[in-house]
Amino acid sequence: MSSQRARRSLLTAAFLSLGLALTACGSRVDDAGGGAAAESCVDTSGDSVKIGFLNSRSGTMAISENTVYDSLKMAADQINASGGVLGKQLSVVAEDGASEPTIFAEKATKLIQSDCVAAVFGGWTSSSRKAMLPVFESNDALLFYPVQYEGLESSKNIFYTGATTNQQIVPALDYLKEQGVTSLFLVGSDYVFPQTANKIIKAYAAANGIEIKGEEYAPLGHTDFSTIVAKVRDAGAGAVFNTLNGDSNVAFFKEYRNLGLTPQTMPVLSVSIAEEEVGGIGVDNIVGQPVAWNYYQTIDSPENKKFVEEFKTTYGATKVTSDPMEAAYTSLFLWKGMVEKANSFAVPDVQAAAGGVSFDAPEGKVTVNGDNHHIAKTALIGKIGPDGLIYTEWSSGAPIEPDPYLKTYPWAGSLSG
Amino acid sequence: MDILVTQVFNGLSVGSILLLAALGLALTFGQMGVINMAHGEFMMAGAYTAYVCQQVLGDAGLSLLVSLPVSFVVGGLLGVLLEVTLLRRMYHRPLDTLLVTWGVSLILQQLARDLFGTAGVDVPAPGWLSGPVEILGFSFPRSRLFILVLAIVAVVAVTLLLKLTPLGRRIRATVQNRQLAESAGISTRRTDMLTFFLGSGLAGVAGVALTLMGSISSNLGTSYIVDAFLVVIIGGIGQIKGAVIAAFVLGVAQSWIEYSTSASIAKVIVFALVVAFLQFRPQGIFQVRTRSLV
Amino acid sequence: MTALLRSRYAVGIGFLVAAVLLFAVAPALLTTFRLGLLGKYLCYAMVAVGIGLAWGRGGMLTLGQGVFFGIGAYLMAMHLKLADAGPGGVPDFMALISSDGVPGWWEPFRSGAVTIVAILVLPTLLATLLGLATFRRRVRGAYFAILSQALAAAFAILLIGNPTATGGSTGLNNFKGFFGFSLRDPANRQMLYFIAAGVLLLMVFVAWRLMVSRFGELLVACRDAEERVRFLGYDPATIKTVAFAVAGMMAGIGGALFVPIVGIISPNDVGVVPSIGLLIGVAIGGRTTLAGPVLGAIAVAWAETTLSEQFPSGWTYAQGLLFMLVVAFLPGGLASLVSWRRRRSDTADPTAGADPEPAPAEVLAPAEGRTT
Repeated sequence: MSSQRARRSLLTAAFLSLGLALTACGSRVDDAGGGAAAESCVDTSGDSVKIGFLNSRSGTMAISENTVYDSLKMAADQINASGGVLGKQLSVVAEDGASEPTIFAEKATKLIQSDCVAAVFGGWTSSSRKAMLPVFESNDALLFYPVQYEGLESSKNIFYTGATTNQQIVPALDYLKEQGVTSLFLVGSDYVFPQTANKIIKAYAAANGIEIKGEEYAPLGHTDFSTIVAKVRDAGAGAVFNTLNGDSNVAFFKEYRNLGLTPQTMPVLSVSIAEEEVGGIGVDNIVGQPVAWNYYQTIDSPENKKFVEEFKTTYGATKVTSDPMEAAYTSLFLWKGMVEKANSFAVPDVQAAAGGVSFDAPEGKVTVNGDNHHIAKTALIGKIGPDGLIYTEWSSGAPIEPDPYLKTYPWAGSLSG
Repeated sequence: MDILVTQVFNGLSVGSILLLAALGLALTFGQMGVINMAHGEFMMAGAYTAYVCQQVLGDAGLSLLVSLPVSFVVGGLLGVLLEVTLLRRMYHRPLDTLLVTWGVSLILQQLARDLFGTAGVDVPAPGWLSGPVEILGFSFPRSRLFILVLAIVAVVAVTLLLKLTPLGRRIRATVQNRQLAESAGISTRRTDMLTFFLGSGLAGVAGVALTLMGSISSNLGTSYIVDAFLVVIIGGIGQIKGAVIAAFVLGVAQSWIEYSTSASIAKVIVFALVVAFLQFRPQGIFQVRTRSLV
Repeated sequence: MTALLRSRYAVGIGFLVAAVLLFAVAPALLTTFRLGLLGKYLCYAMVAVGIGLAWGRGGMLTLGQGVFFGIGAYLMAMHLKLADAGPGGVPDFMALISSDGVPGWWEPFRSGAVTIVAILVLPTLLATLLGLATFRRRVRGAYFAILSQALAAAFAILLIGNPTATGGSTGLNNFKGFFGFSLRDPANRQMLYFIAAGVLLLMVFVAWRLMVSRFGELLVACRDAEERVRFLGYDPATIKTVAFAVAGMMAGIGGALFVPIVGIISPNDVGVVPSIGLLIGVAIGGRTTLAGPVLGAIAVAWAETTLSEQFPSGWTYAQGLLFMLVVAFLPGGLASLVSWRRRRSDTADPTAGADPEPAPAEVLAPAEGRTT
């Protein structure tokens, strides 16, 4: 029954593998250079250049990320129709991140190493960005990330075209303070963005005499908010700061209304609810509630009119446009601007040329900050109207310089470490 | 006192939702040993049916009442389709039904995304179900009261059906001893099909109730399926009264632990309690006594 | 199948072919990127070997292998983060969101030796405890499956809810080195692939020895007629617990190697969905066979990568259809097509000669396989 031969051949195989493994050893961590980064294989010799779109086309995040993909596609088509970048047509390689950080990292590697794209556009969740960051840094490639996020990050290989905290959360707090709110209740999903955002909010509140009445986290995908909303009601804060994510918002706002709470008695300021989420929550449940972003479909400017119109003709009249879509659209034009300023597709040249590149975006004029690779944007507080669109209620007036580590805010001294 | 009343009510409310989700499972799992992972997607189908009803009828109150029976039939037909095409041939491999129905649930979820779009949809609650109502100085959400009543009605209806009708007698006979039931002339195949129709139909009704609480999207089913199965396991298979007790106990426990800790911790603690409970009563609260060895 | 397993020549040749393919053909044909992907598939295959043992041979449908995979992976990831941070250093992600420094329970994993021991011991220990807790109380079949699934759900919630200690929903990534070797160097990445291939072969060997041993016979007996095994004087709980513990250990090792090869571990890789996803490869390949789970897992992972590159939502349909069709109509997996003739005389295969009508006992307390 036992098999000497098979056992022997397996032992041989095992030793063989061990031997192979040892002879194949490469550089150690502390070696100078630590193993050179892979050479870029981007091919710019023909009349087209490849770029990569990496969005979740399946899984839980597909709801949001499909819209970003649509607007990126539209931007690429527009650029191609007007002659391309440096005379080269853009050829898009699209990959599915499947709502999983691991897949994002894997597909980013594929886009860079196998497809040899000049730049990658996409990502939504902080997890997906953090998963891709080491890939882009070790391959010295470029990622354009279009969503507002929790800050405290700055990589020379990533351009952040969504808002950082001082362009969204801090202005939102300024707004609430102006409205005379003296106490807050914090509700968020149990992950990095809400926890970091709430840290900033607490530091701001401590410095501005705002009382924090409570702080509650729900697991991602949580569907029963009876207990949390009961706590919110009993705490009686002046306003609620909401950093919930995805479907949880629907359950939260339905429960909120069911308990008889209204925007008049206790407004809920949200930072993750944009135009396309309003329909799923139900306009009745959320009308009159404030949100904080840098772009709304209702912005009255020629650039935005053109953007909204083109989007509706391409994808259907019922489609809405939202902040991350606009930031994604803008990111492709910013990259075009950088490449044309550098007159080169090479990553170091693009990075060197990035500072000061600006674009008349649908949200208004945006300018790239060459030091931290974020962009200066105007903060807007909006209110959800009965038609489901968001109308600007308050504006920071001028673009706010990005400050991902909140270094220019004295009250945030303890945060940035 | 305020907190006590609120949290007990919230617990009962969470329990009633769990009960609606688990009632159909208790029937199908109890009678046939089929672990229907697509039960959650039948709930999703019920919720989308309510959405379609509202699109067609317009009036929120009327469409809610209409969608209850329609969703029952839609869920039931989906269940019969599943039973006839796939599960019928697998009764001797109950564990494998789990994997097959998991596959079905993946396909139904993707179908929902392709049919209704990836974004969630909303079914506005009728006026008489939105906002709170004052009872004895405490305010309770009307929609939660409605679901509580709906769950009680469903339990009473199923109990009466099992106790009083010929179909109920056949189902009980099949649960207790399938072969003996067959030798007594009961067509267990037909009984199985009808049980599956009933169980899956209840999932459809649960789906309508859920439109009052949260998001209607392709993920709707996955949020409830694990909890619903825990209810069935704690209750003891084939036992409606076990499922009722288990659902309310789990609901109240979840709400109380959540109130004093956090929602994440509460989920983990509840799971630990379930494992501990099964150490003492591995067959659940109630069990059907049989002479079989297994 | 068992007859084939007992043929030393067949198994020996199988091992040799696998070794040649893994150690010579694959590295010669594939780019560094594709070889890394293959390394990832091999890690899944390690989990699959354990599932084949617990589910295929032992009848324990475990929907929570992601937990053991995750424990192994997170232990390794913690060590790599600490090693990157240097002696006494704080990993980058922790320094970002908290000023409390490294949690106490992380400290032991600064040592590579402690980490390796923990990777081998902790998943095994947890599986043993869980096995004892459930199998001793004769919780089995569906109950066990659902409990293991709830465990996976609870594990993912815990990971996401504690970002300062586990990296939250992002998980842990951005590893610079692996026991002193730079992970950026393609030569080192190839070394990792070789290690994974060697470990996988070793695991298949162990699984094979277990299958043809007396223990293996008892395990199959427990699956097919647990009461009879008990009447014969054996303790089915111990037998099943051992098999489950071995499966847990294999999943843990798979997870530990996954981390340096893929470069990230997140709660998405360990929750309910990936745990069940691991089963499909095993079912397709042939759950009761030796090579089936391994080949199935590799094939399914490869198909997922390829299909999702072509059609984004196509993979979900494909996965659902595979589950439906293979489990319902081809319960023995592809292996049963290859050797359908042998199947007739093989009593260990649960698909052979199964009763068309359910026995009453199963209806009341579902148990895997045939019950008599």
